[in-house]
Amino acid sequence: MSGLVGLGAQALRQRVAGRDVSSEEVARAHLDAIEAVEPSLDAFLAVLADRALERARALDRRLGKGEKAPPLAGVPIAVKDVLHIEGLPTTCGSRILEGYRPPFTATAVARLEAAGAIVVGKTNMDEFAMGSSTENSAFKPTRNPWDVGRVPGGSSGGSAAAVAARLAPLALGSDTGGSIRQPAAFCGVVGLKPTYGRVSRYGLVAFGSSLDQVGPFGRTVGDVALAAALLFGADPLDATSVDGPAGDPGSALGRGASALRIGVPRGFLEKGVEAQTLARFDEAVAALGKAGATIVDVDLPHLVHAVATYYLVATAEASSNLARYDGVRYGRRAGGPSDLRSMYGRTRDEGFGPEVKRRIILGTFALSSGYYDAYYLRAQKVRALIRRDFDRAFAACDAVATPTTPAPAFRLGEKTSDPLQMYLEDIFTVPANLAGLPALSLPCGFASGLPVGLQLLARPFDEETLLRAGAAYQARTGHHEATPPLCAA
Amino acid sequence: MPRVTVETVDHVARLAHLSLTGEERTLFARQLDEILAWAESLQAVDVSDVEPLAAAGKGALREDTEASGLPRERALDAAPDPAEGLFRVPRIIGG
Repeated sequence: MSGLVGLGAQALRQRVAGRDVSSEEVARAHLDAIEAVEPSLDAFLAVLADRALERARALDRRLGKGEKAPPLAGVPIAVKDVLHIEGLPTTCGSRILEGYRPPFTATAVARLEAAGAIVVGKTNMDEFAMGSSTENSAFKPTRNPWDVGRVPGGSSGGSAAAVAARLAPLALGSDTGGSIRQPAAFCGVVGLKPTYGRVSRYGLVAFGSSLDQVGPFGRTVGDVALAAALLFGADPLDATSVDGPAGDPGSALGRGASALRIGVPRGFLEKGVEAQTLARFDEAVAALGKAGATIVDVDLPHLVHAVATYYLVATAEASSNLARYDGVRYGRRAGGPSDLRSMYGRTRDEGFGPEVKRRIILGTFALSSGYYDAYYLRAQKVRALIRRDFDRAFAACDAVATPTTPAPAFRLGEKTSDPLQMYLEDIFTVPANLAGLPALSLPCGFASGLPVGLQLLARPFDEETLLRAGAAYQARTGHHEATPPLCAA
Repeated sequence: MPRVTVETVDHVARLAHLSLTGEERTLFARQLDEILAWAESLQAVDVSDVEPLAAAGKGALREDTEASGLPRERALDAAPDPAEGLFRVPRIIGG
């Protein structure tokens, strides 16, 4: 593959900027890699070969005229199929959006494309980003490149698997309760969920509007920081996006972990973490200590309630957001019914998969008259207590460390029949969404040959601390350089 | 804690405009009952004097300035049944 596949974003950009290789060669090498690996991986819902080559050639022409190379010049990226690209189908992993071609492009995608990135494809996902395994995709499950009998995690499983298998150095995902970090952990790559409001959600299909956030995947913290710097910042088209306190994620990287205080919530880790995963976590914390960080104990007493809180809040918001799929304005409409109510009901029953229906039912129940106070309102109050726990913890530390998941990737089909077991997978990731915090997952070794993720959480708008600590960790360890058995490079 | 029955699911499905099959109704009733039984732990948390947290961010408002929106024909492009510049739906009144 001409030695281009397997290079990181920064290295590829440098070679394209130096006119050492063309953007077209880079795109072609990655498209060839996708063609070779995709039949065993199923990471993509659409491969955009023609569009990618056309855009790469256009970039090459501009560079040929002496134009300065933009920060992601020629870097291939994979985009989760929850983000719109004008004129191309967005499925969101669902049958209900069949035939839908959005008339606008998501700001996150537009910003990376404006920086010279080349989108090679739209990646597979759990339907409407609801799931932790990508098995809820209406089209196909994605495989884990470390073991094709296992799930890549979810809901952004396609993006994580594509980056792990070296089909793109960078990818975009969305994270409502862990959908970037959990698949990053399962696939052995880096995933960043930015602070709530850091990245525009214009053009992101909504799931839980008080929780959703767009973020990047990469294989190194440096590459993730590069993408983050381009993604961050207010967008007039998303009223929840804000310009955070100044921060240049890139500049943070060289500063090491010294003087950072890292909190470990031992009480919260006591139960339910698989032994090897816990051992890798402890080693990672020790490595951060060796890199100069001070390790302190923190107490987050309400986190035991995070999953229950999350599944009431997120499903309530989903039931409201998904009311728009009614067969009237876009997507699929059930044929047959001659009255409006039946048309709505049939369209939604035919168009949505079982997990989406289950969550709509749960969320509608939590919001319904007679149950609102006991479920939705109470969950919002416990949510406030969870945030208060973090406020207190961050008085004593700069980042909180946990494993990203309680155990490594599970087998395909292992948890599909028991939704509650699947939800409990999210214990370590949902707190960041409930509290609006930035969180980073990075590879920290292996448990029985499967990647384990270290998660770091920081104060709102303090992604810098996460990237600093992450870069210091990767400078001392080589876990991020390991290649999976299913790999293009 | 209220037990979730098939009748509960039917009521909620009506609110959510979902026509469920018989199988889905019984499956969801059992699963929701399990999920809510497990979420029951929230009822024991002391939330007195706690203000609910609806969202973790405040967002920012922009100036209310004139700008063009999506042209009508582009918006209608994606509709399953557009007609005469409108979204056509099955008859609602009479008929």
